[in-house]
Amino acid sequence: MSDVKKIATRESYGNALVELGKEHEDVVVLDADLAAATKTGVFKKAFPERHIDCGIAECNMIGVAAGIATTGKVPFASSFAMFAAGRAFEQVRNSVGYPKLNVKIGATHAGISVGEDGATHQCNEDIALMRTIPGMVVINPSDDIEAKAAVKAAYEHQGPVYMRFGRLAVPVINDNEDYKFELGKGVVLREGKDVTIIASGLPVSNCLEAAEKLAKDGIEAKVINIHTIKPLDEELVIAAAKETGKVVTVEEHSVIGGLGSAVCDVLSENAPTKVLKIGINDVFGESGPAVELVKKYGLDADSIYTKVKAFV
Amino acid sequence: MNKLELQKTANEVRKGIVTSVHSAKAGHPGGSLSAADIFTYLYFEEMNIDPAEPKKADRDRFVLSKGHTAPGLYSTLAQRGYFPVEDLKTLRHTGSYLQGHPDMKHIPGVDMSSGSLGQGISAAVGMAISAKLSGDDYRVYTLLGDGEIQEGQVWEASMLAGFRKLDNLVVIVDNNNLQIDGPISEVNSPYPIDKKFEAFNFHVITIDGNDFDQIDAAFKEARETKGMPTAIIARTVKGKGVSFMENQVGWHGAAPNDEQYAVAMADLEKVGEALCQM
Repeated sequence: MSDVKKIATRESYGNALVELGKEHEDVVVLDADLAAATKTGVFKKAFPERHIDCGIAECNMIGVAAGIATTGKVPFASSFAMFAAGRAFEQVRNSVGYPKLNVKIGATHAGISVGEDGATHQCNEDIALMRTIPGMVVINPSDDIEAKAAVKAAYEHQGPVYMRFGRLAVPVINDNEDYKFELGKGVVLREGKDVTIIASGLPVSNCLEAAEKLAKDGIEAKVINIHTIKPLDEELVIAAAKETGKVVTVEEHSVIGGLGSAVCDVLSENAPTKVLKIGINDVFGESGPAVELVKKYGLDADSIYTKVKAFV
Repeated sequence: MNKLELQKTANEVRKGIVTSVHSAKAGHPGGSLSAADIFTYLYFEEMNIDPAEPKKADRDRFVLSKGHTAPGLYSTLAQRGYFPVEDLKTLRHTGSYLQGHPDMKHIPGVDMSSGSLGQGISAAVGMAISAKLSGDDYRVYTLLGDGEIQEGQVWEASMLAGFRKLDNLVVIVDNNNLQIDGPISEVNSPYPIDKKFEAFNFHVITIDGNDFDQIDAAFKEARETKGMPTAIIARTVKGKGVSFMENQVGWHGAAPNDEQYAVAMADLEKVGEALCQM
């Protein structure tokens, strides 16, 4: 796929913020000394007075964002997923979630595709953490187009939103004219009757590639892109499970508490189905080039193909 | 309000604190009573607020960072007319809007939900930054416990407040010297508190936080301070006004039984009567 355009969703985040900033004066962006990495630097350049660098103090940043939100402005608090969802979890829960404040959290550098920085910075737990907060919307876009649409949708949504972005450039897969981002709605990317692959974020494009390979073996896989993990598109998930009988979930996140768990929660109550969860298997990551880690941890197209084939 | 009126009001606020905690059979009277004079001054003298319009956009804001002293805030809000004083008896009861810790979603006059220590000051800093961003002239007040400032987040927030020269922000530390496990100087001493805030680029004023003359002077000085936030270190007596609770660490988070409640109310009635003779 070398000829495919690739963009990291953190870039999309920064670019989308600039667009939002032009349209809406109430947009305020906060960062914690990572503006160059979270890509909010472009917003800072365009609107320096509306960019608040809180320094290396993520817990305070979330609280400051909460305070700003009480006054009617719309703060986007940015940091790595590890610190936004991990370190500042309790601030997000108590200062943002509990009072249901209109704070948007832009969490970049999620998952193992952080690469060389290694396990301390590779957050594979953020979706699990954020899902447990009542009223929190959790979005995990799969490419540039979806990420930009997600930022806009987050602004329009009244209430807390957690957005998860990646460091690694990923293929643009949603560049079709009728693409429409609807909060809480999954997107069927490919039809199939033998198995449903439900994916989110970085591995979505790899799942499409795996589905093509499976097709050559006579296995027709339905592929669903879930950009909104909470609220989950339960209707779509249940219908697909009933239709294909088998479900595989694929995510760049721990298999504990993420997309796979969310899908299982829904299916166990509504349409008990055998589910294979592909993700990070209750281990910490490690240092290495992101592309190599994606392969090593089984999220590349070949690994997904092999696992789905064995499962079906 | 003149000093006598403030004293009388604070005494009524104290009655509400004792009554609500007694009715709840749980809660935090000690730190509510120590800060009762500060609460009273803020809501009856200092802040630009309107109980008829609790969400008015240009109002001054208050964040109770030491959220466990909600009984003090609620009693003050009730006295000020945000909700009926009678409702204080529903504190912490199932189904009551008067939650154990401040809940901005359901309690008129509460500007920020709080209770997890160290977090309120960050929200107050955010409000003050927001005012500066849009050129609004409302002021922001936040009350912290002296034990609370052991939380690292307090200093993250203070660093940003000092750095951004938030002269529309006043941080008040209720320095009653007691936390759950004992005197703050014996648990993990935050002293010197004044020098810490000075080092974080605050204008610091140390006062007797149970003396309205000193409270009045401090808030006036804060208002005149430009280019930096103000920290008021209010030395107070924990349990102030109730004889058997004063300076007793055990009354940090315990409710009086019926007999103790009667004694407490008698203490406060006596104070009230004395004030009426003045």
